[in-house]
Amino acid sequence: MRTAPLLALGALITLAGCGDDPGSTAAGGPVAVSASDTACDVSRTEVAAGTITFTVTNKGSKVTEFYVYASGDRVMGEVENIAPGLSRELRVELPAGTYQTACKPGMTGKGLRGAFTVTGSAQPLTADAALAAAADSYQRYVRSQTTALLEKTQEFVDAVKAGDVPKAKALFPVARTYWERIEPVAEIFGDLDPKIDGREEVIEEGMEFTGFHRLEKDLWVTGDISKSGPMADRLMADIREIVAKANAEKLSPLSLANGAKELLDEVATGKITGEEDRYSHTDLWDFAANVEGSKAAIAALRPVLEQRAPELVSTLDAAFTTVDTTLGKHRAGDGWRLHNELSQAELKELSDAINALAEPVSQVAAVVSR
Amino acid sequence: MGRAAKREPAMTVSRRGLLGAGLAGAATGAGVWALQRDPVSPAIADAAAAVPFYGAHQAGITTAAQDRLHFVAFDVVTRERSKLVELLKDWTAAAARLTAGHDAGPIGAVRGFPEAPPDDTGEAIELPPSALTLTVGFGPTLFRDADGRDRFGIADRRPPALADLPHFPGDAIEDAISGGDLCVQACANDPQVAVHAVRNLARIGFGTVSVRYSQLGFGRTSSTSQAQATPRNLMGFKDGTSNLKAEDTAALREHLWARADDGPSWMDGGTYLVIRKIRMLVETWDRTPLAEQEAIIGRDKGRGAPLGKADEFDLPDFALRGPSGDPVIGEAAHVRLAHPDTNDGARLLRRGYNFVDGSDGLGRLAAGLFFIAYQRDPRRQFVPVQRNLARSDVLNEYIRHVSSGLFAVPPGVQDAAGFWGETLFSRGQ
Repeated sequence: MRTAPLLALGALITLAGCGDDPGSTAAGGPVAVSASDTACDVSRTEVAAGTITFTVTNKGSKVTEFYVYASGDRVMGEVENIAPGLSRELRVELPAGTYQTACKPGMTGKGLRGAFTVTGSAQPLTADAALAAAADSYQRYVRSQTTALLEKTQEFVDAVKAGDVPKAKALFPVARTYWERIEPVAEIFGDLDPKIDGREEVIEEGMEFTGFHRLEKDLWVTGDISKSGPMADRLMADIREIVAKANAEKLSPLSLANGAKELLDEVATGKITGEEDRYSHTDLWDFAANVEGSKAAIAALRPVLEQRAPELVSTLDAAFTTVDTTLGKHRAGDGWRLHNELSQAELKELSDAINALAEPVSQVAAVVSR
Repeated sequence: MGRAAKREPAMTVSRRGLLGAGLAGAATGAGVWALQRDPVSPAIADAAAAVPFYGAHQAGITTAAQDRLHFVAFDVVTRERSKLVELLKDWTAAAARLTAGHDAGPIGAVRGFPEAPPDDTGEAIELPPSALTLTVGFGPTLFRDADGRDRFGIADRRPPALADLPHFPGDAIEDAISGGDLCVQACANDPQVAVHAVRNLARIGFGTVSVRYSQLGFGRTSSTSQAQATPRNLMGFKDGTSNLKAEDTAALREHLWARADDGPSWMDGGTYLVIRKIRMLVETWDRTPLAEQEAIIGRDKGRGAPLGKADEFDLPDFALRGPSGDPVIGEAAHVRLAHPDTNDGARLLRRGYNFVDGSDGLGRLAAGLFFIAYQRDPRRQFVPVQRNLARSDVLNEYIRHVSSGLFAVPPGVQDAAGFWGETLFSRGQ
């Protein structure tokens, strides 16, 4: 039920919406970005550190995206799917440093890049002690998951290389669990995510179908993994790279909140439908891992939420419990029933539970960033 | 800011007021369009205007039938009565805003905190109220589930008139698109406004209700006001000529509105809704000779006059015989079987819509009529009429009833302090 928290939240949002909202945007107001099919004009390319608002207007004829990259093409913030004629806002918390802005007309390629400098040391959002603690806490969670991810992926890779199909099949959903729990963190690192977790239909032209799902297809469709060794090695190398990056990443509280929501969106769009693990049908492992990851991010933010929106916390608790109970019906041994064993009614029940949870989770970011 | 904005708290704005000028044009355009459709009706002259939400009866029943429908049925997924009641209150508040042409939530589609998802989905920004009405109904399963369990402590309040519909000969009912614990009928003159309303109500309901099925309809097949011209269904015939109309208040009292002494007092001023999704096999119908089509319906296709008569609104003469001695309107003609004279005077307020759900994979239009009828007691009205039709109607060769639903439609919400179903859920009633 979203009424109670909404009312509480609504009152505060209303105040923020009516009055000035100091501190939410760096001095000088929003940075205007005029995106066309051939240009990406940024009104100011040097601003003071803090939460910076970009107002991106698509003046071109193609759907575009706007990114802010740190060095190494690390995505600091992005706004996708801006239709011609529309404006969208991106709010991103940027410490002092050098960045690149990019518009991607047609949503492909490296984009139209420009340099962007952030000066000084404006108070980041994490200055609030509770928020800082939240970020640290989640950081520790990520490290715990990446450690397990390295181990389990290695076991999976070893089984593939040893030609042990049953063992590899058994390890596939287990290794993925650690991946799925922290997937929004992994998604920060641009092109590594599709290499590790890309599904066959999303692979762009000129790019090879690699990663978990390539090996899944080998294991379940052809059953022949005699030539899968190099592919398994590549997966391991990509996992090592992303783990090193994820461990070094300093996450903002806002990214935790958005990550918690994105994990549930992953469930709603990919796992409920059985698209994610279409060969193995082990989608419920991913489903459970996404929910666990979402819960971990919310848990890290809990002290902040309890201070600022206690009613939202009880709504979230109840909704997480409903999801756990509903999903729990499909336990099978140490794992889960296969997606194709569930009836339409059972899938709808899961879908309802996720929707009921994702609505209040989508309110968390505003509470955190207020 | 639009005139409607003044009625609401300061932070709520009308969708049209929000973005300023430019919008007057849209409203004017819609008004002109409406005038072309229905030149004589002051009630519907402005298809863009708002229909009042509060009143003794719910809107969307005798309201001049709008051109578009989005009907939705929900299953209640909570077991807690308090959550259900809370949802009905939230829905009522949202419905009052939406029908006035405002955003679904108190903040709106584009005025909220940037990090928060908006409390309105936004696709109706700049669109006028478009005569949107939202009408709620309670299905039999809300009172007692399939296992006979009294789910919300209201089983003893189930009206006798809300008796499960019987199986009719030829029924091909699909469970997944039938029934429902709750329903909302959204009607508007702009399909986007109707869809926007249903989408936002469904969103507000996540965790308490789950959408069971929904249906879009694109052309009204009945008129509910004498000021409206009689429209045509997808068989090409005028439909609803002898419908109950808003102006006939005596007939509405007799045939439409439930009274306190009909059953439980909470339904006083309410009515009962039957929905049937009727698939039409239009391809075979279209290759039927004109004379046969007219004989099946019992009316002239062009003007809509009963066979043997000249004008649409002439009363049919079922005793009239042709030169051969056979009845001019056949014994199994649709108009005869459905007529009050054949059914102990039973009349319905029909409010159906044409639908086309694309095609059916066999190259045929998935088309038909989404039948909607309101009445005082389905046991004395819809059921005997449909029994008659299902048994004998020659039209059955060209139609299939594929869904069915029955709902108790509670009385209207009197003012902003009330809510949908208040008379049902308030203690001491």
